[in-house]
Amino acid sequence: MAEVDQKALLQFLLRMGDNTLVLGHRVSEWCGHSPILEEDIALANTALDLIGQTQLWLGYAAEVQGEGKSADDLAFLRDAWDFRNVLLTELPNGDFGQTMMRQFLFDAFQSVILARLLKSSDTTVSEIAAKAIKEVAYHVERSADTVVGLGDGTEESHSRMQAALDYLYPYVGEMFLSDDVDAAMAAAGVCPDPTTLREEYDALVSKVMANATLAIPANAYTHKGGRTGYMHTEHLGHLLTSMQWLQRAYPGCEW
Amino acid sequence: MAHPSVEQVWEWLETIPDPEIPVISLIDLGIIRDVAWEDNTCVVSVTPTYSGCPATSMINMDIETKLRDCGLTKIELRRKLSPAWTTDWLSEKGAAALEKYGIAPPQPAGGPQRCPHCQGTQLEKLSQFGSTPCKAQWRCQTCLEPFEYFKCI
Ligand SMILES: [Zn+2]
Repeated sequence: MAEVDQKALLQFLLRMGDNTLVLGHRVSEWCGHSPILEEDIALANTALDLIGQTQLWLGYAAEVQGEGKSADDLAFLRDAWDFRNVLLTELPNGDFGQTMMRQFLFDAFQSVILARLLKSSDTTVSEIAAKAIKEVAYHVERSADTVVGLGDGTEESHSRMQAALDYLYPYVGEMFLSDDVDAAMAAAGVCPDPTTLREEYDALVSKVMANATLAIPANAYTHKGGRTGYMHTEHLGHLLTSMQWLQRAYPGCEW
Repeated sequence: MAHPSVEQVWEWLETIPDPEIPVISLIDLGIIRDVAWEDNTCVVSVTPTYSGCPATSMINMDIETKLRDCGLTKIELRRKLSPAWTTDWLSEKGAAALEKYGIAPPQPAGGPQRCPHCQGTQLEKLSQFGSTPCKAQWRCQTCLEPFEYFKCI
């Protein structure tokens, strides 16, 4: 097996962990605000799973980094430009439909990539994937069902879901972009190149959107810059001020 | 220095209830994967149910407290991620205790077999998510009572 470039591995782990961290925090913003109790509980549980997965990804990232930091340090003490999540995960919740559309577009990606990571040459990566994929199976089942229910629902819910898809779809492409980090991970057998995941993803998304009577936008424009850290949206900074407030105001605070 | 046997430690652990579902023990739940002595340190390997389960830290604290109360001083808890926890590891005794408590135990078919209150079999799923990550919400159409189902994973 090829020698694994530790710097590239760290970037890969930050990408995985920052995706689940940022989306987990976004989803947790719904706690106490969902349309009905069952949905509130489901969203809170989804957020909890995502944060749990974050602890595993960022815990391993901190270990690879080798600076004696913890997953908490990485979550709470980095600034916006150090985050490596795709832009899709940091976008605002919008209405419930937009939140569920974002969730499905991300869950579908997770279900595809985690299945491949089960065979990763890195044992810790494959173990984390084996744990997370069981949780993601429930996430994608629920988000897909909800997208279909609302898309193929009333005139009002259909138009809102179509608007959500039109708004979010230009952020999908970033998940399948590839750079030197991805090339290094693919060469070392840690993770396949994201471009090779697109076909399976498109098949899943097309099937669900067809059932939801929603049209996938034809425009292939892709917003990017999150996973490379080149440029996040203005929304990430606002999210971090809320998520990191306690550690910023009371450094080292524990309870 | 002689230390208690591994079997003895398992017996002590058997008495620790799950913090969220106290009618089953941590051993019934299948999350304690190994007990071993390494020199004079008692090493207990624990696997999480769900990666974000908030009970994990409480479970670790309960294990440590129990073993200290039993006289052990050197204890190490290890997180064991692989193989990932599955509801197949829930003991038969645990499954029976769950049902008696009002939580339908996991079934290979993926849904509850019967209502834990009236044994009715006309059931409907309310939500794939319940009060904790490990449970879903169902309702019995016979007695109309909602109940929780310990979902398969
Ligand atoms: Zn009943």
